[in-house]
Amino acid sequence: MKKYECSICGYVYDPEEGDTENDIKPGTAFEDLPDEWLCPICGVGKSEFEEA
Amino acid sequence: MRPLKIAEGIYDVGVKDWNIRDFHGYSTYMGTSYNAFLIVDDDKVVLIDTVKEPFTDQLMENIQKVIDPKKIDFIVSNHAEMDHSGALPKILHRIGADKPVYCSKMGERALSAHFNTKKINYQVVKPGTEMKLGKRTLSFIEARMLHWPDSMFTYIKEDGILFSSDAFGQHYASHENFDDEMGEGLFEHAKKYFANILLPFAPRILKLLESVEAMDLTLNMICPDHGILWRKHPEKIIQRYGEWARQETREKAIVIYDTMWNSTEKMAKEIVDGISYTGVEVIPMSVRNWHRSDVVTELLDAKALVVGSPTLNNGIFPTLCDVLSYIKGLKPCGKLGAAFGSYGWSGEAVKILNKELDIMGFERIDDGLRALYVPDEKALTEAYGYGVRIGKAIKSQG
Ligand SMILES: [Fe+2]
Ligand SMILES: [Fe+2]
Repeated sequence: MKKYECSICGYVYDPEEGDTENDIKPGTAFEDLPDEWLCPICGVGKSEFEEA
Repeated sequence: MRPLKIAEGIYDVGVKDWNIRDFHGYSTYMGTSYNAFLIVDDDKVVLIDTVKEPFTDQLMENIQKVIDPKKIDFIVSNHAEMDHSGALPKILHRIGADKPVYCSKMGERALSAHFNTKKINYQVVKPGTEMKLGKRTLSFIEARMLHWPDSMFTYIKEDGILFSSDAFGQHYASHENFDDEMGEGLFEHAKKYFANILLPFAPRILKLLESVEAMDLTLNMICPDHGILWRKHPEKIIQRYGEWARQETREKAIVIYDTMWNSTEKMAKEIVDGISYTGVEVIPMSVRNWHRSDVVTELLDAKALVVGSPTLNNGIFPTLCDVLSYIKGLKPCGKLGAAFGSYGWSGEAVKILNKELDIMGFERIDDGLRALYVPDEKALTEAYGYGVRIGKAIKSQG
């Protein structure tokens, strides 16, 4: 599974870690994140992310 | 006095803003300053950051006292926010419109969105890039989201000076310019700045502090874009930033409230006395009188946030909406929460406050305390007891 980077703040979404603070379980692929998921650092949506 | 010589060939040419009292919703009782730094080296003359637009002429005068502004070869923009970039287009106009502006990748994006009608020669620098000025070398350190996506730091290795943009700054204008001219009170201003501007990015700050430590930079001086410059003990403010970013707390509670016919205030007073009885430090804060930016400053090292509101039109008081929405955005972590308030018939306020505390991720000690219309002797005793429970909950977290 690929990592994705927020083009605004540089946060990297690592599917192996998920985003547990926002109820995203480890092992969740970026593609499977819910559409309303937001960058935990700066708050922008998935469309601002690029493959890292 | 500006220009202020801070090292051989390096000057603070920024401006003190003595009269500002409201900085986008942050109370600045002591004004602030917009520091900008001029480096005059053998081959290059560089300006790091500018000032808020209305102070452009003062900045130009300060530069003029050191050197003909046209001699400036390029500008470094560490941060695109208008208190540091506002003067940029006019300065470029006067020194030469095609002079390069070095900034981060996000800096170019932000600056062009601010000055979209101007053709500016942006030059994006990568973290770690070095630039020779003559005797000195500039380099750039990634500081994304501290506190905007564009934020970066500039460093001179030969002098060990870090130009840290908003980080380590304070909204404080005074005749003093350096940390060694000030007492411990300086840290209160720095703490307020941290709580109001940098707190949402606390985890990033810890990472940045780690990476700065790993780079093993010599830090003789830290020069933020606001307030006092750290030359005697730069390590002290770094240490405080660590404590604040880890959100270390004391046995302390703040009780924020508003009141309609003094009933909620009476409850607040009893709760405060109860908390105090347990030996926990406590500050009663009527949000009518305490500015939101001072509330979050006191919250930073408090273990518990206690919120009180009467029920008004089936909701909470608008003053509390203001403060709570502000606190929420700053993302404080690891606090206890408790709510209280008086009511007449429906009494939704406490439930709404509970929900707000839950959204902030605070651990509520229970479902809160309500009193009908005017708290009687029994209700006041209950409120005192509630304060004691809050105090004990704080102590048990020790
Ligand atoms: Fe800023
Ligand atoms: Fe600033």
